[in-house]
Amino acid sequence: MKPMPPAELWTQLTASPLLGLSVTLLAYLAGVWLFKRSGQKPLCNPVLIAIVLLSLLLWATGTPYQRYFDGAQFIHFLLGPATVALAVPLHAYWRRLRQMALPLVVALFAGSATAAFSAMGLAWLFGASPETIFSLGPKSVTTPIAMGVAEQIGGIPSLTAVLVILTGILGAMGFPAFFRLLRIRNHAMQGFAVGLTAHGLGTARAFMVSEEMGAFSALGMGLNGVLTAVLLPLLLSLLIR
Amino acid sequence: MLNTLTLLLLYQLGGELFVRLLGLPVPGPVVGMTLLFLTLLARGHVSHETREHVGSFLQHMSLFFVPAGVGVMVHLQRVASEWLPIAAALVISTFAGMAVTAWVIKAMLPKGADHAPGEHT
Repeated sequence: MKPMPPAELWTQLTASPLLGLSVTLLAYLAGVWLFKRSGQKPLCNPVLIAIVLLSLLLWATGTPYQRYFDGAQFIHFLLGPATVALAVPLHAYWRRLRQMALPLVVALFAGSATAAFSAMGLAWLFGASPETIFSLGPKSVTTPIAMGVAEQIGGIPSLTAVLVILTGILGAMGFPAFFRLLRIRNHAMQGFAVGLTAHGLGTARAFMVSEEMGAFSALGMGLNGVLTAVLLPLLLSLLIR
Repeated sequence: MLNTLTLLLLYQLGGELFVRLLGLPVPGPVVGMTLLFLTLLARGHVSHETREHVGSFLQHMSLFFVPAGVGVMVHLQRVASEWLPIAAALVISTFAGMAVTAWVIKAMLPKGADHAPGEHT
């Protein structure tokens, strides 16, 4: 076989899923390594680092996002089974969850409304375009739900996906310091609030603190996902028309 | 590990079927989670093996968000030109939502409950 010119080799490699998969894993592992090395500094969030590294790589090599995603979608797909898996910690803490049922339900409605409407209101106040405002509405819920809601209310689904992930990174980065500031120490309260506002990324970080915080976070994430999917399109159509 | 992965995929598949057949506005995996939860509740226990596998799978859940997050590239222009409203909306609303949620629970729980270390089962 004749040696291939580098440019052609790159084009061929990016046509298979292997490269997208490998670079995603490598970038994430680099992020995890930095996060641990820094003593879990919030700014060294593994997801944030991975996204920055991969964006730089794609930009430097002139690779279109779609071609990268053709390979990386296998990792993206695992969001589905991971969501299903949350049933196991939920079940483990079911008795404690049930004891707190009423406060949790009231907090769900209050927190969900605050997260969605303050985001849209602030964006409107600061002069964002209508598509951006509506793309921000479902930003606290997990990616697949948020994208579906954005489509229904007049946002841009792929922009919503990005805003959802930025929200998740922000929530995961900020919650330990934020709750110290608020003097809220209870893992159940923290977990439910983190999952409700920062979905799966917040939940992943909550599991690092304790299994209890993770379970409450999974519950907050699941309940807000369902509530937002059902109520946000309905409320907005009532408010606007 | 293979047993657990198959279990999760089958429940996701069940969720997808449910959503399509009934035309629900909720994604399949969320329904799949609910179905698995109800199954576990009916059976009353989870095998130690499953719990361990699920734990290590969920530990790396953040990774699964990376590919969609790189999509920020596609929207870089919009994010750059509307950075102020986007940043203000994301930062303030995320922490406002977090504070309201935690405060409501704290106000509704009996006094002193917020200092309980919590049970570890």
